[in-house]
Amino acid sequence: MMTADEYFDEDEEIDFSDLREQYEVKLEEGLDTFVVVDGLPKVPEDNKPKLVKFLVKKLQGVGKTKEDAVYMPMGDDGQSQGFAFVEYETAMQAAQAVKKLNGLALDKKHTLAVNKLTDIERYGREGRIDEKYTEPEQEPFQEQEHLRSWLGDPRGRDQFVLFRGDTVGVHYNNKKDAPEMAVERQFWTESFVRWSPFGTYLTSLHPQGVQLWGGASWKRMARFPHPAVNLVDFSPNEQFLVTWSNKPIVYQEGMPSLTPEEDGKTYIVWEVKTGKLLRSFPPMENPQEADKPPNMRKKIQWPLFKWTADDKYCARVTPGSQISVYELPSMVLLDKKSIKLEGVVDFEWSPYSPTEEESKRQSGEQLLCYWTPELGNQTARVSLMSIPSKEIIRTRNLFNVSDCKLHWQSDGAYLCVKVDRHSKRGKSTFTNLEFFRIKEKNIPNEFIEIQDTVINFAWEPKGDRFVLITAGEIPPPNAAGVTAMPKTAVHFYAPEKVKSGPAGPFRLIRTMDKKNSNAIFWSPKGRFCIVATINSQQSNELEFWDFDFDGEKRESEKDLAANLQLVGTVEHYGVTDVEWDPSGRYVVSSSSMWKHTMENGYHMWDFKGVSLREDHIERFKQFTWRPRPPTLLSKDQQKQIRKNLREYSRQFDEEDLIMESEASATIIEARRRLLEEWRAWRSRVERDLADEREDAGLPPYGVEDDKDLEDAAVIEEIVEEVVEEKEEEIS
Amino acid sequence: MRPILLQGHERALTQVKFNKDGDLLFSVSKDHVICVWYSQNGERLGTYNGHLGAVWTVDSNPSSTILASGAADNTIRLWEIKTGKLLKTWELPTAIKRVEFSEDGLYLVATTEQRMGHLGTILVYPINPDVGGEQADEPSLKITLERSKATVVAWSYLNKYIIAGHEDGTISQYDSKTGDQLENIQLHERGPLIMDIQMAPDRTYFITASKDKTAKIVDVNSLNVIKTFTTDTPLNSAALTAKKDFVILGGGQEARDVTTTAARQGKFEARFYHKIFEDEIGRVRGHFGPLNTIAVHPAGVSYASGGEDGYVRLHHFDKSYFDFMYEVERTRAQH
Repeated sequence: MMTADEYFDEDEEIDFSDLREQYEVKLEEGLDTFVVVDGLPKVPEDNKPKLVKFLVKKLQGVGKTKEDAVYMPMGDDGQSQGFAFVEYETAMQAAQAVKKLNGLALDKKHTLAVNKLTDIERYGREGRIDEKYTEPEQEPFQEQEHLRSWLGDPRGRDQFVLFRGDTVGVHYNNKKDAPEMAVERQFWTESFVRWSPFGTYLTSLHPQGVQLWGGASWKRMARFPHPAVNLVDFSPNEQFLVTWSNKPIVYQEGMPSLTPEEDGKTYIVWEVKTGKLLRSFPPMENPQEADKPPNMRKKIQWPLFKWTADDKYCARVTPGSQISVYELPSMVLLDKKSIKLEGVVDFEWSPYSPTEEESKRQSGEQLLCYWTPELGNQTARVSLMSIPSKEIIRTRNLFNVSDCKLHWQSDGAYLCVKVDRHSKRGKSTFTNLEFFRIKEKNIPNEFIEIQDTVINFAWEPKGDRFVLITAGEIPPPNAAGVTAMPKTAVHFYAPEKVKSGPAGPFRLIRTMDKKNSNAIFWSPKGRFCIVATINSQQSNELEFWDFDFDGEKRESEKDLAANLQLVGTVEHYGVTDVEWDPSGRYVVSSSSMWKHTMENGYHMWDFKGVSLREDHIERFKQFTWRPRPPTLLSKDQQKQIRKNLREYSRQFDEEDLIMESEASATIIEARRRLLEEWRAWRSRVERDLADEREDAGLPPYGVEDDKDLEDAAVIEEIVEEVVEEKEEEIS
Repeated sequence: MRPILLQGHERALTQVKFNKDGDLLFSVSKDHVICVWYSQNGERLGTYNGHLGAVWTVDSNPSSTILASGAADNTIRLWEIKTGKLLKTWELPTAIKRVEFSEDGLYLVATTEQRMGHLGTILVYPINPDVGGEQADEPSLKITLERSKATVVAWSYLNKYIIAGHEDGTISQYDSKTGDQLENIQLHERGPLIMDIQMAPDRTYFITASKDKTAKIVDVNSLNVIKTFTTDTPLNSAALTAKKDFVILGGGQEARDVTTTAARQGKFEARFYHKIFEDEIGRVRGHFGPLNTIAVHPAGVSYASGGEDGYVRLHHFDKSYFDFMYEVERTRAQH
């Protein structure tokens, strides 16, 4: 018979180490629930129960304990010794007690010092810590690399990051010429790269977490350990970072930066400069989605946390019930509670950030817009709320609403609420655009009704014009049973011209119908706009529109604050992404292998749609321009530059000319060299050949041909063909 | 440049070749037929019938009297060019992928497939230039390829070497008298095979085309790479142009992959590169399948391309083609 031992021997191959690790009994474990409370008043035996009772009351604030679990040793003099051992129910609670209660002041004289018993054991033992206090040595100041060194490029070129295959590279844009590489690394990221909003850091994602890179040497600036991180988002001033993983964190001892508290969490908010973890959040199940089968559920909300323009607050919505506003950098709820808003679906912060003066005067109120659907007798509603006062400053009731999208203009001057409405019977759908003029008194409202469904809407950055795309009805399937995408129409709007005061009412400039367009890309500086068809099999068109065309204006549009003109139409096969550079001078359309594998690469255009560069790159994944921080120039200085633009442009043209002639000179030189090399090689080879032929007793190469030709008779044949014969009488 | 479309084949073209004088153009295809055309106007002179399988390769001797062809019916055949009469048939164990006459027309080199237990071989037959004369039954030289079969072979000047391009991307140089391998270099990437080798007119250097998307010009003596042309598509053929310092490269998405990709992705264009500067100069569209073979008129006045689509396109160069010159070439020419 086989004994158990033998049986196991057979299975020796199996690696049990993971199980062992999981079920290993930790001998010290029992002590993890103990804390040492120090700094208590010294009391005689009689007063001890009173003190214990008082202490337990304090201690129960963070976890479960009772009077029996407190052991307060008495000294020889009959007085307590000012400390006590306390046992909590779980190690987690003990850890909480250390975190929360350490340093708590009991009264003026007594401050609690709470430590884990295991820590006392670890550090308190003889010799572990020096009895004498030695002042920590001050580290000498080390000059750090300038984080914005790329802005010092003598030619003021912008950078971009290019991700292809496994290689990530940062390059300077050289317009028509091949870009100049600044840095290139293999396997720099596991999934994708991302710039921080001011372009200071390049973010890479790894199974262990997120890393930030920057400076002239591209060294690592920070690490944010979040296992299996999937997504990352910055606050607008790149002070904070949010990471998300679809896998809840499983806490294990020794994980950097993480504490047992992070167990089961999926979202983490970090402070970028210190690398400190501010707060973590568990997965957010949308209650309305929870009862649907997993594959029917909506994708996760991202970004979950929306930030104010000044990084002071961030907020998230729990659909159907509340909006939670957090104050930074503490990440605690504003007024310690979420704002209950029954039915709330979505919200957006105004992108406007109060200037310093304004924030002093109005205590830094920020605007937040949210909407709620129809609930019972109550109509659907769009509301504007002021934070931190939580005062609702404007609401508007809406009827027959199926969905709303909130579009702030980049200065926060206007808010457009795109309201998808259905007819009373719910058969047809159409769209209303509700506009709020935030900067004007009492926030006046106007609306535009559009017969079709609006699929895309975009404000001009810093402007008051917008473009929207509507989709018609889905056409019936063709003979092959394939349903084509509905044709779309592009609509351009501008305010009416007014002499002074706020912008006039919004009017339609023009509509281009029977298009396939589905995306709008405004230049970051406004005025120019690309209407494109991306991710489409049918069309790959990019149309470049100028809203202030320098030319004749149509009579019918003379009252509008725009002169719309199509300045260029180009095609880029398989285009998946379009991105303007930060200056609005160049735009790159790219075709990424993440979407399809046909003709991957990128194509650079100027703002008028003139092709500058085309680069087909196999396994091309990502192209992203490096953002620029906001300008340091004052309004007046900017105005001055605009005034002297002609002068500057002359200088730049000269520079370009010099560069061009230099470049062509080097090319010509290289070609001349190649030509000389080739000729030298040829004459050497021809000489050798002639020698070898002579040795073989043959005439030099090509001579016999000539002899043949001499013998050959040239036969000339004249063929006459009558094309037409015509008789004409000449009188 | 208006092409002449030669519609004589029913299946994919495998090779097109001009005779030495350039007045005739031979074309072979998978449809078992060899066609001969007037290169001036694209008129078909006739066909050479008899092969029982896809014809892979064709060549005419320097005096334009004898035509050699190799096919998937495991035969090499010699034909009288003038009459179309079959002069000789050599039966071999496997298909023949390439034949080429030597400079003097006294030898024919051929490469055979590696298949059904037979290793690939390179064979050299002595040729009797007299059309009515007897042809030898056995090859004068047989090189058996143990390592990697040869896909293409060519003669160097003065019958000094036989150059072979292999399936594994290497190029070999054999002594044409003894059959000894003198050199073997990894010219192209491992894996994708070498599809074409064409010699320069004086046979002192040659150009290769590979599925690794590059073509290379190599010195026949030292096997040094002189020039490299990098494209974005697998190449099937590369030709050197006489008179102008250009090369013409052809290829495209593999026929079997075409249906899985968008039509415009096929890249079925003939690409012109500058031979010395390695720059792309222009493209000629027209085929709707990959280009399998390209040949240039010996005088450099026209070129023909044969495609997977079954057509031969014959192009006569325009004046602008001959006028085109880089600035450095022009200044050089003036001196």
